[in-house]
Amino acid sequence: MVYKQRLDGRKGDELRPMEAKTKVIPNAQGSASFKIGKTWAIAAVYGPREIYPKFLANPKRGILRCYYNMMPFSGSGERIRPGSNRRSQEIAMVMTKALEPVVDLSQYPNSVVDVFVELPQTDAGTRCAAISAAAMALADAGIPMKDLVSSVAVGMADDKIIADLTYKEEHIYEFNPESLNAVVSDIPLAMIHNTKELTLLQMDGEITKEDLLKALELGQKAIEKVYAVQVKALKENFIEESK
Amino acid sequence: MSEILIEERKIVVPGEVLAIGLDYVPGENTYREEDKIFSKVLGLAAVSGRVIKITPLAGPYMPKVGDKIIGRITDIAFSGWRVDTNTAYSAMLNVKDATTRFIKKEEDLSKILAIDDYIIVDIINVTSQRLIDVSMRELGLKKIQGGRIIEINSQKVPRVIGKKASMITLIKEKTGCEITVGQNGLIWILGSPEGEAAAERAIKMIEEKSHLSGLTEQVEAFLRGGR
Amino acid sequence: MITNTKTVKELVLQNKRLDMRTFTEYRQPIEIETNISWTAEGSAKVTIGKTVVMAGVKLSLEKPYNDTPDEGGIMINAELLPLSSSEYEPGPPGIKAVELARVTDRGIREAKAIDLKALCIEPGEKAWFVTVDIISINDAGNLFDVANLATLAALKAAKFPVVNQETGSIDYKQKTGRSLPLTKEPISVTVYKIKGKLLLDPTMEEEKSAEARLTVSIDKKGTISALQKGGEGTLTIAEVGTIIDLTHEKAEELRVVLERVVVS
Repeated sequence: MVYKQRLDGRKGDELRPMEAKTKVIPNAQGSASFKIGKTWAIAAVYGPREIYPKFLANPKRGILRCYYNMMPFSGSGERIRPGSNRRSQEIAMVMTKALEPVVDLSQYPNSVVDVFVELPQTDAGTRCAAISAAAMALADAGIPMKDLVSSVAVGMADDKIIADLTYKEEHIYEFNPESLNAVVSDIPLAMIHNTKELTLLQMDGEITKEDLLKALELGQKAIEKVYAVQVKALKENFIEESK
Repeated sequence: MSEILIEERKIVVPGEVLAIGLDYVPGENTYREEDKIFSKVLGLAAVSGRVIKITPLAGPYMPKVGDKIIGRITDIAFSGWRVDTNTAYSAMLNVKDATTRFIKKEEDLSKILAIDDYIIVDIINVTSQRLIDVSMRELGLKKIQGGRIIEINSQKVPRVIGKKASMITLIKEKTGCEITVGQNGLIWILGSPEGEAAAERAIKMIEEKSHLSGLTEQVEAFLRGGR
Repeated sequence: MITNTKTVKELVLQNKRLDMRTFTEYRQPIEIETNISWTAEGSAKVTIGKTVVMAGVKLSLEKPYNDTPDEGGIMINAELLPLSSSEYEPGPPGIKAVELARVTDRGIREAKAIDLKALCIEPGEKAWFVTVDIISINDAGNLFDVANLATLAALKAAKFPVVNQETGSIDYKQKTGRSLPLTKEPISVTVYKIKGKLLLDPTMEEEKSAEARLTVSIDKKGTISALQKGGEGTLTIAEVGTIIDLTHEKAEELRVVLERVVVS
């Protein structure tokens, strides 16, 4: 084991500092901002509203539709060309699937609820931050939900199971001189709070079954911390101000 | 043994456990799974006897028969008008429901109600697929002329009206405005420009602080000094 | 979306507005926050009333254009996000975004606010190119003025990244202390005409009730670097004169806010 001390000094299960708030976009029915370390997601919810094109309408229930977009200046390298690409389309799809199990649109047939997530700056874990922000924005919009969804990535960097990887940890072989041959895996997760069921599970890299299960266990604990931040932010706007 | 985990007016998030045990009954915006009752929305808890319900702090308007709403004409058909209800669903206003007088077959409907006109209507029918019919035949239902229309979240409408219409009466008296509150969150204010602006700000203040106690006093203070 | 067009127009004739502001009064708050994004070379978030815009600067090294071999370049792009208003849809920029980008671009380019020659490293071979992306976060009216302020604040805050001397490539993760060659700050003020009256900083309702608008980019001395007339209505020459005076005065008020931006 060579990656003993994390590059930013965190403990293995420690998340980066989080900051969340709701009602950040007045035009939207609901909105939220979620920051974890240097990754920042802003989510806005519009709807239930009429769906276009019409043929997408489902007469049994409303449709949840997520969008994910990195702002052109939000990547750590060159400017990103604006507009949709394969990556953003896939992430939007897995985001939708991560949130659908808790959202109840049965009372809104033929309508759509749109969730737009934008990232002004990123340092890995963007789809997780996007999902955490989106779940808050949906709750802020008053959309019926059976629970909240919280999301964070776990993974392995050079034999060490860690939570909430940074860009440098995802590329540890470049940044840690002792980890040149390191195997890395990055596992974004999302979980329903009460049932502990996974609604997002992806992985990049290589990992054994034993390590994967350990990582998922660590993930469950890490996700609790995200949940606490989401709940606090959702309630904060409604706490009686001291006069 | 049943246990209640929340108190009156406590803020809860979706998925929060409200009570354990079968002695409590899930009311509006809650659901039961096994022996637990959970919240389904972000809102304020309300317990009455054994029933636990949640008053949402935001959320879409659900059209209901008997509701008075404010709508906007978006299209004119042979038999009537299409009305935007500020929801995902538009409504139909049939010619026969538009006025009490007889409308001749060849009459130009746009002379009666034109596109972009705002109207105060009652909902008279809602289907499971949310097809909505509205009517203007009752007293006080009419085309809106003059003044301004503002929008608030429909969940805040009861708060703006107040107990026995106390809040809205207060705003009307202090600003000298006529105010019509649509259940869909659209509100028509008619008065002097200054009065309208003050009423608008008071209503926005209620929308923002609807969860707080002592709101009537705050609104009163604002309307006394804030202009 | 509610517009209250009739009432907006009736009030204007009585020299009044829906929110009781005077015709030349901007909404409050007016706030500029810089360095909101660590991944941009410079960034800013500007709020006027309920309108919020972000802008981010990215720098790249490229071969100069053939006709200006000793100059770098600047490009301004705008994205009107569906996150910022129910009126915008996902997809490539529409004409509104294109106009916003081009008007902001002209205001800065034509004033030579960025010294493009100072961006050149090796004539004909290598120069810095500046890209500014304007992003609407909440469109509640008057995007032109807010976007221009955000662009200027982001340019002001920008620092060159470190260039690896061996490979010649940019290390975006490290910034130098060097700022962009920003020689002046031409401020845009847009005047809207409703029922023949001229007013500033419209809300969305007022914007939709306007017959015409004129965006003026103007520097401290009153030199105009861009004009853009919009809307279906017309302007008289006399009105243009009045508008220029008005914009010069207002630009100086906004300049005070912009100059308060501390760039470390």
